Amino acid sequence: MNVLVCVKRVPQTGGRIVLTTDGQEIDTKFLGFTVSPHEECAVEEAVRIVEAGGGSSTVLTLGPGAAEDQLRDAMALGIDRAILLETDGSEWDPVSTAAAIAEAIRADEAARGAYDVVLFGNESADAGGFQVGIRVAVALGRPVVTGLKGLEIGEGRLTARREAPSGGWETYDLALPAVVGVKEGINLPRYPSVPGRLRAKKKEIERVPVGAASGGPAAAAGAALGPSMVVLRLPEEQRSEAEVIGRGADAAPAVVDLLEKIGVLGS
Amino acid sequence: MSGPILVFVEHASGEADRVSLETLAFARGLASSLGGVAVEALLIGPGAELGPSLGAHGVATAHVVEDAAIAGVYAPGAWGAALASLATARGAAAVLAPGSDRGAEVLAHAAARLGLPSAANVLSVIPGDPWRLTRQRWAGSLLEDATLDGPMRLLSVAPHAVPVDERPGSPAAAIAQFSPSVSAADLAVRVTGHEAPAAGSVSLSDAKVVVGGGRGVGSAAAFSELEELADLLGGAVGVSRVVTSNGWRPHTQQVGQTGQRIAPDLYIACGISGAIQHIVGCKAAKRILAINTDPESPIMSVADFAVIGDLHAVLPAISAEIRRRRGHGQ
Ligand SMILES: Cc1cc2nc3c(=O)[nH]c(=O)nc-3n(C[C@H](O)[C@H](O)[C@H](O)COP(=O)(O)OP(=O)(O)OC[C@H]3O[C@@H](n4cnc5c(N)ncnc54)[C@H](O)[C@@H]3O)c2cc1C
Ligand SMILES: Nc1ncnc2c1ncn2[C@@H]1O[C@H](COP(=O)(O)O)[C@@H](O)[C@H]1O
Repeated sequence: MNVLVCVKRVPQTGGRIVLTTDGQEIDTKFLGFTVSPHEECAVEEAVRIVEAGGGSSTVLTLGPGAAEDQLRDAMALGIDRAILLETDGSEWDPVSTAAAIAEAIRADEAARGAYDVVLFGNESADAGGFQVGIRVAVALGRPVVTGLKGLEIGEGRLTARREAPSGGWETYDLALPAVVGVKEGINLPRYPSVPGRLRAKKKEIERVPVGAASGGPAAAAGAALGPSMVVLRLPEEQRSEAEVIGRGADAAPAVVDLLEKIGVLGS
Repeated sequence: MSGPILVFVEHASGEADRVSLETLAFARGLASSLGGVAVEALLIGPGAELGPSLGAHGVATAHVVEDAAIAGVYAPGAWGAALASLATARGAAAVLAPGSDRGAEVLAHAAARLGLPSAANVLSVIPGDPWRLTRQRWAGSLLEDATLDGPMRLLSVAPHAVPVDERPGSPAAAIAQFSPSVSAADLAVRVTGHEAPAAGSVSLSDAKVVVGGGRGVGSAAAFSELEELADLLGGAVGVSRVVTSNGWRPHTQQVGQTGQRIAPDLYIACGISGAIQHIVGCKAAKRILAINTDPESPIMSVADFAVIGDLHAVLPAISAEIRRRRGHGQ
């Protein structure tokens, strides 16, 4: 079983988000970087698929040179190999991102054989476009389903499980090779081991320049692009400081008065 | 005059879902800023008899797909292909979908097939050349002003971006049967099985009261204190990501960016610091009561009310007080 997992480097935002003064990006002076929780689970799922059925796992990202850190994090958890589609760090829209990833998959498969499963996060943490995985699947002509909270690999097929809109669960059955978008909750990702971290440090990362160097995002897609970010802003805060209605266990009568006042006490 | 605005409408048991009705309201506003173009709907699947009633939501024509091969069960690629081919046939100026799991998925399939860009979770649009829009990032904790170009604009509308706009007495929507040609490959991915939700459980999204627990709860066992209060109030338990990452509670109970969005009358946040990724999941609550040992915790600037103290002391005292009052027959 050969699996590929795609992750995106994003700032690790804390209690609140701070923007640069020009509103072009999140101010990351005091922040670390990570990937979306959905993608952490996609990485874990890729490692488990190979642990269970043999084969090889690869992680891919499109981003700045520093996104190497996120690839090493994935390799520390057990991913075998990493590909960095290196940009100049500027923001890529979903159409260009998907076109570049699909092209990279085609090239890699031509050299090393096909991936049985390509895993994506359900949505990226920062842009939340809800589309890159589906665009890649359509470009490659492979079946795809997103929102997965369960995945089982069978003989030439996979069975996927996700929450149904009206409650409960629904299942899907896909022929391999296939593309999936997974959600947090599908598994509990492991923590990296110290030997895992050391091994990951020494591994080579395959770097492929994309963007300006190879003709720019527009050339990658050759079609209509977007949406194109103009500026970022923070939503207006509506609430103010909480009214303290008590301290410790002594606050109980005041809390129950409040429950009664807002009509949720029932009987 | 440009083509119509086409809206993908999700429906079940003969009723359109709420976010789809909001999307129709959004389309109505957009139609008038485009100089009064028509709003049309795509309905796929059983229960399409609700079509005419969409007139009250501004729909002139509802296109209905009844072919059981496509409409029998949800099939994301086939439904996306149907939306793309109808949009092309109608020369649509814009294609809108609700910002729900299925809405986002169907729209992405349509956009990929049309080879056009699409914008997710849009809050507002100013048409022009190009269109300017505002959309949510980080699940709404950050906003992006962007431009969207192309011969047809595709976007999903963020839940609660606009209220439902129903106008009783409007003319019924006309019904048009639509038979898209969809490939076998598109039909290959479809729902093959269902599991019903656990009977008798109060769902997080419907609960009037949600008792939320975070790292401060300290252990899986200590959640019994939250459950007791939730039971007394007929509510449900919700949790932060730290809690699901520790394996204390299942992920289906997680509230936030990568969990559920809730909108109860009251959210009681116990031992939760108020990280922005958690708050985007509970900010639609009518009121928030925080129980936290730290008066400086960020949750204090989000909550309406607070109790400063150890939740292990406060929660049992609240439950006891509720019992005491009920015991005295109110
Ligand atoms: C892309 C992304 C998506 C995310 N999605 C989500 C999401 O969907 N949902 C989510 O919740 N988080 C999410 N997170 C994680 C989020 O950033 C926070 O890490 C998390 O919400 C913190 O959980 P917490 O409040 O339980 O823990 P902490 O931040 O550790 O807070 C614990 C709080 O408990 C208080 N406390 C401790 N002991 C007691 C006691 N005995 N009594 C009362 N109070 C006590 C402390 O004062 C503190 O305020 C996401 C993060 C990222 C990067
Ligand atoms: N720059 C990127 N590099 C690699 N994978 C990406 C990138 N952007 C998005 N993805 C993948 O596509 C998924 C959906 O992203 P989005 O369409 O932005 O919500 C993410 O969870 C990632 O798995």
